[in-house]
Amino acid sequence: MKRELTCIVCPIGCSLEVELDNGKVVSVTGNTCPRGKVYAENECTNPKRTITTTVKCSNGEVLPVKTKEPIAKEKIFEAMKVINTTVATTPIEVGDVIIDDVFGSELVATRNMK
Amino acid sequence: MVTELVIIGGGPAGMSAAIAAYENGIRDILILERDSSLGGILQQCIHNGFGLHKFGEELTGPEYAWRYEKKVKELGIAYKLDTMVIDISEDKVITATNSADGVFQIEAKAIILAMGCRERSKGEIRFTGTRPSGIYSAGTAQKLVNLEGYMPGKEVVILGSGDIGLIMARRMTLEGAHVKAVCELMPYSGGLARNIEQCLNDFGIPLMLSTTVVEIHGKERLEGITIAKVDANRRPIEETKEYIACDTLLLSVGLIPENELSKKATVNLDRITNGAVVDQDRQTSQEGVFACGNVLHVHDLVDFVSEEAEIAGISAANYIKGETEEKITIPVKTDGKIRYTVPQVITKNKDVTVYFRVADVFRNVKINVYNGEKLVLSKKKAKVAPGEMESIKLTKEQFADCGELTFKLEEA
Repeated sequence: MKRELTCIVCPIGCSLEVELDNGKVVSVTGNTCPRGKVYAENECTNPKRTITTTVKCSNGEVLPVKTKEPIAKEKIFEAMKVINTTVATTPIEVGDVIIDDVFGSELVATRNMK
Repeated sequence: MVTELVIIGGGPAGMSAAIAAYENGIRDILILERDSSLGGILQQCIHNGFGLHKFGEELTGPEYAWRYEKKVKELGIAYKLDTMVIDISEDKVITATNSADGVFQIEAKAIILAMGCRERSKGEIRFTGTRPSGIYSAGTAQKLVNLEGYMPGKEVVILGSGDIGLIMARRMTLEGAHVKAVCELMPYSGGLARNIEQCLNDFGIPLMLSTTVVEIHGKERLEGITIAKVDANRRPIEETKEYIACDTLLLSVGLIPENELSKKATVNLDRITNGAVVDQDRQTSQEGVFACGNVLHVHDLVDFVSEEAEIAGISAANYIKGETEEKITIPVKTDGKIRYTVPQVITKNKDVTVYFRVADVFRNVKINVYNGEKLVLSKKKAKVAPGEMESIKLTKEQFADCGELTFKLEEA
C-alpha cells in the first residue's frame, strides 16, 4: 500500500511517498533530508504533534506554552482539556515546567511572565 | 538630544539590527517601541516553526523573540517601550511620545526603519452586505486569543489561506471553535504545505480554492456569509453561490508594510513592495536612513527578517563611523513575472544576495540575470510560487562594468 504525506518538519514541506506492507514502512521517497524519513515512519505508525497553546496565569494574564515533546495526535483534544483547566503561578520564566506530564510530555512556558 | 542610531520598532527586525550595530562598534543606540514589550508580532505568534534557519531548532514566536530580547538586555542597548514615533523629518529629527516623557525629539545620526507591517482590512477587499460584529482580521483574532485570552467566536469561516489564516484555523479549533472552511480566492494556497497539512488536514478543515466571500449576513452579529467560486478573472460565478451559517469571519488577506513614517522622512517607496527602495546596505533614498524586515517587504520567515536586519545594522554602523566605499549605481529591473527585487539598486562593488518574488505559480523555469543582453547567471527551479521568496547570490565580478541588471523568469 502506498501513502502520500506532506512533511511538516520544516518550511520546505516535502511531498513524501511511503510504501507500506501490513502497516510496516518499507520505503520512504521524496524527502530531502533524513528527518523526512523519520517523520514519515512515525506518521504512519504513531503520528505525533507538538501542541502550542496558552494557559491562564495567577496574575490574570495569558501565558504561551508548548509541549516539550510531540504527543500522540489522537490525544490533542484531551490534552487541551487538561491544559485549559490549569492555572500557572507567576512569576514564570521561559522553559519553566507548567504541567509535568501531558500525555507523555512536559508542558513548558515559552515566555517570561512577571 | 542627539543619538547616534535610533531604531524605530523593537520587533525581530529592530532588535536584530540593534545587536548587529552594537557588535560593529556602535554604543549610542536607542530602540523606540510602541508596544509594552519588545518582540513585536512574535509575541502573539505562539505556534512553533521559527528559528530553524537561524538557530537550527524549532522555536515558538515568543521564544524566538526572547533570544533577541535577552541579547539586547545583556548588551545594555537602550530602548523605550509604549513609545509612539509620530514624525521623522528629512534631517533625521524624530518626534515621539509616551506617557513618561511627553512629546520629545531626538536628533539621530542614522535611523533604521523597522516598523513591520499590518494586515489588509475588510475595507480593502470590499464585499457587500451588512456590517455586523464578528468580522476580524486574522491577526486581531490571534491577539485576542493568544495575548488576551478571549475567543472571538464559535462557528468560524476564514477567508485567505496564507500562513496566518491556516495557523488561526488550527488555533481556533484547538480552543473549541468549529472552523467550517478556509476559502481562498486564488487557485492555490499562499501558505506553506506543512501548514495545510498540520493546521487543516489534521482537523479535517476543508480548503476551498478559487472561492471568495461575496456577501455578509446579520444585523448585530454575523449570522452567515455567502461564498462563491470565482472564474479565471477572479469574478464570482453566480450559480455557485452558497450560504454558510457562521458567527465569525476571519480575514487573512495580505499584509502591507507600515510606511507612514518613511513617507514623512521623504524616503522613496517601491510601488510593488510598498516598502522603501533600498540598496544592498538596505539604505533608503535618504542618506543615513535604513530599512529592514517587514516594513521593507513582507517576508515568509522571521529568520530572513533577522538576517536582513543584520545587514541594515552593520551598514548603519559603518555609516555612523564614516566608513565609505566607492559608490556605483546599478538599478535592478524585473520582467513582471518576477514582481520585485530587494535590493532595487546595487551601489557597492561587493557580492550581493538579491531577494525576489514571482507573480504567479510557474513550473520548470529558469531565473536568468542579464547584464544588458548578456546572461550573467541562470538558476533552474522546478517550481516557483508567489508565497515563497527566492534569492540569488551575485558575485561582484558578475555585475562589474554593468549599466543595469535585469531579472527574468524564462522557460527552462
